[in-house]
Order: sequence, then C-alpha cells, then structure tokens
Amino acid sequence: MPVAKIVYRKKEWEVESGSTIRAVIEKLGLDPYSVLALRHKKLINDQTIIEPNDEIRLINVISGG
Amino acid sequence: MKCTKCGGVAVIGMPQHRLQLCAEHFADWVPSMVQRAIEKYRMFTPEQRILVAVSGGKDSLTLWDVLIRLGYQTEGLYINLGITTEDYSDVSQQRVEAFAAQHGSLPLRVVNVRDTYGQATPDLARARRARGGRHTCSACGLVKRHIMNQVAHEGGYAAIATGHNVDDEAAVLVQNVLHWQASYLKRQAPVLPEAHGGLARKVKPLCHLYERETAAYAFVRGIEFAELECPYSVGAKTIFYKGLLNQLERRSPGAKSSFYLSFLQAKEQGLFTPDEEGEAVFGICRKCGQPTTAGDLCAFCRLWESMS
Repeated sequence: MPVAKIVYRKKEWEVESGSTIRAVIEKLGLDPYSVLALRHKKLINDQTIIEPNDEIRLINVISGG
Repeated sequence: MKCTKCGGVAVIGMPQHRLQLCAEHFADWVPSMVQRAIEKYRMFTPEQRILVAVSGGKDSLTLWDVLIRLGYQTEGLYINLGITTEDYSDVSQQRVEAFAAQHGSLPLRVVNVRDTYGQATPDLARARRARGGRHTCSACGLVKRHIMNQVAHEGGYAAIATGHNVDDEAAVLVQNVLHWQASYLKRQAPVLPEAHGGLARKVKPLCHLYERETAAYAFVRGIEFAELECPYSVGAKTIFYKGLLNQLERRSPGAKSSFYLSFLQAKEQGLFTPDEEGEAVFGICRKCGQPTTAGDLCAFCRLWESMS
C-alpha cells in the first residue's frame, strides 16, 4: 500500500495514503485545533487526502506565552 | 474543502465562523477581523504611532504584518531575553530583524536584557527562585512589561500593541475564573488604558482571532517566524488550559470565542461592582521613574537590586 510521511516535532511516521489529514492527526492523538498541515511548505486544509509519497509537516500552533 | 467566497481550494476551515477560505481570501479576511477589533475597542487611529511588541513568533509578526497592510504607523520592539537554550533568543531576534528588513527596513528597536542590565532573564529568574521566588515566566513577564512600558513612554507612542489572541485571552480567563482572581478579571480587556502618568496604553488587536488563524496567516503570507517554542514554556499551565478549551471547541465550535467575548460584554454590563476601597495609590520609582504601588522602588528595580 502506498505510503506517505508525516513529520511532527522532529518525529516521523509512515502512514497509508488515501486518508485525510484530519484522520491522521486524530490517529496520532493530536488536537486538530492545535496543528496546521503543510505540504511543500504550503498550507493545506485538514480534509486534504494524503497522496502516495507525500511528505506532510504538522506544525504545533499553541504557544505558552 | 472549497473556499466559501470563490469555490477555489480552501487552505483553512473555521467551523466557528462557518467559513472556509482559500489563501487569497484568508489573507484578506484576517486584516478585516483585526480592523474590526481596532474600531470596536477604539484601540488607536491611523494618525498615531504604535509600538508593536515583536517576539519573532507567529502572533507578533502576524500582527505587525497586518498593521502595516492596514496602513498604521508602526515601530517594532524586540526584547532579547538572553535565553540561550537552542539559541532561542538569537533565532527569534534574527526572525524579527529579517522581517523588518524584508518590509523595507521597518523601524525596529532591540533591547538586549543582558547588555542593558548585566544579566539575562533566565539568570535573574534562577536567582529569584533560589530565594523562594516564583516561576521563570513570572520574572520574564515582569522584565518584558517594564521594558515595553519604558520604551513606549520615552518614545511617545500612543500604545503598545501585543499579539495576544483569543486562545491566549481565554486561557488566562479560565485561570482567573478557576481561582476567582477578581482583581485580574476586572483588568482583563483588549485595551488597558494609559494610567498614572507613566503606564502606557496596551492594546490587543488580534483578540478576535484564534491562534490557529494567526499561524495560518503567517504561513499564507510567507512570514518566517520562529517556530521554536520557548524552552521555559514546557509544562506551562497556559498550554494545559488551551488544550482544555480546544476540547470544548471541538464539541462546540465558537465556544472559546463566546467564552471570552461574552465575558467582555458581561463586564461592560456591570458584572463587577466598582471597588469600594478606591484605586491603588501610585508613587514613582526612585530609580527608573515608572509608576509603582510597591513603595519607593518598583518590582522590576527591586528585582535587580536584590541581584547585586
């Protein structure tokens, strides 16, 4: 099954392509309101379908002050 | 997900507004929300000079970018706190300086705490904690507020603008409500007026935007901000409260915004009774000249004197 790479806070995961960014965010146990997703440094919405060989970077947007 | 306005590919969905926007429309929507807040709370006018407190993070650089686009007269203030872990302060300063340079050499003041006062903020906080004092964030906040106030007062700026967003304000509100800190609740507002002949007016133009939206704006506009989180913010209660609020938001889109804005409305309608004891009495710090309720030395100057 074609895979894609998810990167978050210097950690990497391989996920199967075909699901939405939102599904992956939730599967990783992250809060969808606390992260944004970038593909090739461009912002993408969380309903975007992950494609084979994608590299998606998740960015934490919640700061402590 | 399609843009509500044009049908193009949306880059962000905002359930609390029932809105999904493409990059172009989102980049215009954010400034419109900021302008609305500036007008609603009468923060400042286009004729006034505004000091923008910039940390190099997404919120403050988003704020500066938006204010420039809206045509306001702004000058930046960056305070290098001397946090060396992962080069946090130096990286943040580089981001601010790069932003100022890329936008046509924007006026920017940089205050280096170590160079100005002889010690960096983490050293100050460590010494304070060793004497039974509070968390690093408390010392950091004291240092930043003092310096912002001093620069604003000396420079004759009409107001200090900070990048506080809905998530920040709602988290503080949760904390203050949990402990029923009435005096803090009374003071929490998008505008803190100038006071006592030396405390500068403070405004929060991003107070209608979620943290996720300010971050998204920075990416859409190509603003290179410091993604590194302050090393001292690990485990901060603010982050915990923000997480709780986001859980609420997931179940009830708009809950964060409603919690905060309804609080402001309730205050306007008389939620709090006026103080019966009257206002605190302010003197002038004999060392720095800033207003203080704490005797002849303000908390900031007392902190540095205790270090020497």
